[in-house]
Amino acid sequence: MYKYDSYDQEMVDARVEEFRDQARRRLEGSLSEDEFKPLRLMNGLYLQLHAYMLRVAIPYGTLNSEQMTALGDIADKYDRGYGHFTTRQNLQYNWIKLEDTADILADLAKVEMHAIQTSGNCIRNISSDHFAGAAHDELVDPRPYAELMRQWSSFHPEFTYLPRKFKICVIASEKDRAAMRLHDIGVQIVKNEAGELGARFYAGGGMGRTPMIAPMIRDFVPLDQLITYAEACLRVYNRYGRRDNKYKARIKILVHELGRDEYVRQVEEEFAHMLEQGVEPPREELERIKPFFADPAFEDGPKTLDRSDPDFALWVDRNTNRHKHDSYVSAVISLKPVGGIPGDATGDQMRLMARLAKQYSFDELRIMHTQNVVLPHVKISDLHALWTELEAAGLGSPNMDSIEDMIACPGLDYCALANARSIPLAQRISERFNASGKTEKLGELKLKISGCINACGHHHAGHIGILGVDKKGLENYQLSLGGSEAEDTSLAKITGPGFTEDGVIEAVDKVTDVYLAEREGEERFLDTYRRIGMAPFKEALYG
Amino acid sequence: MDNALGTSPDDVQFRFRDDEVADHAAVTVDACCDQTNATAVRIEPGDDARVLLPFLDRLALVEINFPSFGDGRGYSSARILREAGFTGELRAVGDVGVDQLSHMRRCGFDAFAPDKPLNEEDAARAFAMWENVYQRAVDGRRTIPQIRHGDRA
Repeated sequence: MYKYDSYDQEMVDARVEEFRDQARRRLEGSLSEDEFKPLRLMNGLYLQLHAYMLRVAIPYGTLNSEQMTALGDIADKYDRGYGHFTTRQNLQYNWIKLEDTADILADLAKVEMHAIQTSGNCIRNISSDHFAGAAHDELVDPRPYAELMRQWSSFHPEFTYLPRKFKICVIASEKDRAAMRLHDIGVQIVKNEAGELGARFYAGGGMGRTPMIAPMIRDFVPLDQLITYAEACLRVYNRYGRRDNKYKARIKILVHELGRDEYVRQVEEEFAHMLEQGVEPPREELERIKPFFADPAFEDGPKTLDRSDPDFALWVDRNTNRHKHDSYVSAVISLKPVGGIPGDATGDQMRLMARLAKQYSFDELRIMHTQNVVLPHVKISDLHALWTELEAAGLGSPNMDSIEDMIACPGLDYCALANARSIPLAQRISERFNASGKTEKLGELKLKISGCINACGHHHAGHIGILGVDKKGLENYQLSLGGSEAEDTSLAKITGPGFTEDGVIEAVDKVTDVYLAEREGEERFLDTYRRIGMAPFKEALYG
Repeated sequence: MDNALGTSPDDVQFRFRDDEVADHAAVTVDACCDQTNATAVRIEPGDDARVLLPFLDRLALVEINFPSFGDGRGYSSARILREAGFTGELRAVGDVGVDQLSHMRRCGFDAFAPDKPLNEEDAARAFAMWENVYQRAVDGRRTIPQIRHGDRA
């Protein structure tokens, strides 16, 4: 994986010292909270319901054992012994003291990490496929391109005060494991007819209160113009994105209001101009970055395993993904234990995952947008030993992509924006479906829960989505069906009137009953919904 | 002439030019396009800087107003003017804080007239904040990728 050189390190170190000075001025009172707020936000520090929350960037979701260990140590030293992995492949600490923050950033900088641009109206941490460099179905590893864009977007002088936050995702396979088209810009590395690699651009996707699927805006951008084209996209947005209303300020509204074709026309005009400005980094830079992501030294080994232990076999079936080398798999460590808080891990668990990565996965880990952790390169012959250790640490839940593997935002238990709690709902649903054995019958079913309209829990993209709202001072939950964040991207539709907390759990049960009664062949919940439509589900819920 | 629109030379706190400070009342972008003798103009966030491109030769000063520091349109306006070869004074005025200075410099501003005068020491530190930079902008600095690969500036 990528390793900082002295220039990268110097950028991060400079930022730590700058923030230390800002925090000092705030603590001494020479900076007011109003003045301090934009500064702390540029460093990922939010003021939440009960305490400061610090969001740490994990570029394209890739980290090594040393970094994961440091994250665990920070959780123990400065927080309450745990952290929360997010849908942007980042990590959040929920109980941070302002006076510790500069020290935390310094601890992070020691392991080439930071919290830069994890909030604020700037280009955020770039996300990618969590199986990048391992998946059997990818064209190339997307991470060198993501790293090139990471450097370009860090401290960008023109794009630090955009109309709103800006999220970029880079993938390189037809299978979309990163919700690419629900980003402000989605990039897919593709091959053209001449066999050359290039970048296909999508723009104007997003969730939030106005969910939109990004249209494609350019089929093929040559790789030596990648940054220039992105710069053109951003400049048009910075100049013309709406600033009169924070809820209409994302690029999706601009693309929607201008129309895709007019946005494309303006970008192309700016692109032609930018090409003359020479903003593209030297081509050699991409070539410099690529070897950092070269394959580790894979060895041939057994390709089958002993499935006599049914618990182990189930975990293998559920939680491993086919690897490009046939003696390996990518193993998913579920952070969704039954009744647990989705995405949370303790300091001990982080250190354990770090050690297992070192032992079994060439020192590498990935964070999934579904709030789990991946060991990307595990020998098939090591799987049983790995699973045994995970089981002992409560990390062996065999539930990837099942209803128990739900995404949930922190909700009203932590978040200052939330209208309703997400976590208790997630806990009760996983307990109920696990206890009844229904999880297994339902197969792939992506449930996503957001505690407010900002949609951090991706409810629009859930096969089943739940949105918490405030109804006359009471928590109320809207149910929606039919969303997908994968290559068959779709937005979920609301079933009808909302439910109480108990009611929405019953409602989830009912819609899954409809599916089990109606499904044909190997259909997933989503497939059945798409075939039969909303009516039978509505009938079961409200009929 | 008393003009509510422009800043006066006295308002300029930081300047990175050797020529005389332009002391002209700035006019609006619309007025500038109509008036063939205007030599100073003020760009507001919603203005299209590109309409000024035919008039750059006669402009000695372009003020770019930041009514709020969070509105970053002025960064694009500044860069567009420099990309088009504007060599006159580019003055950032309005809600300009210490933490915006380094990026503004990179986008081509060479004079600063903040509403609230800034602490000189903090500002000096801010201007010197980045020893090296990742992106090509309009300040002529060699970028980190260029240095890595021994490119010329």
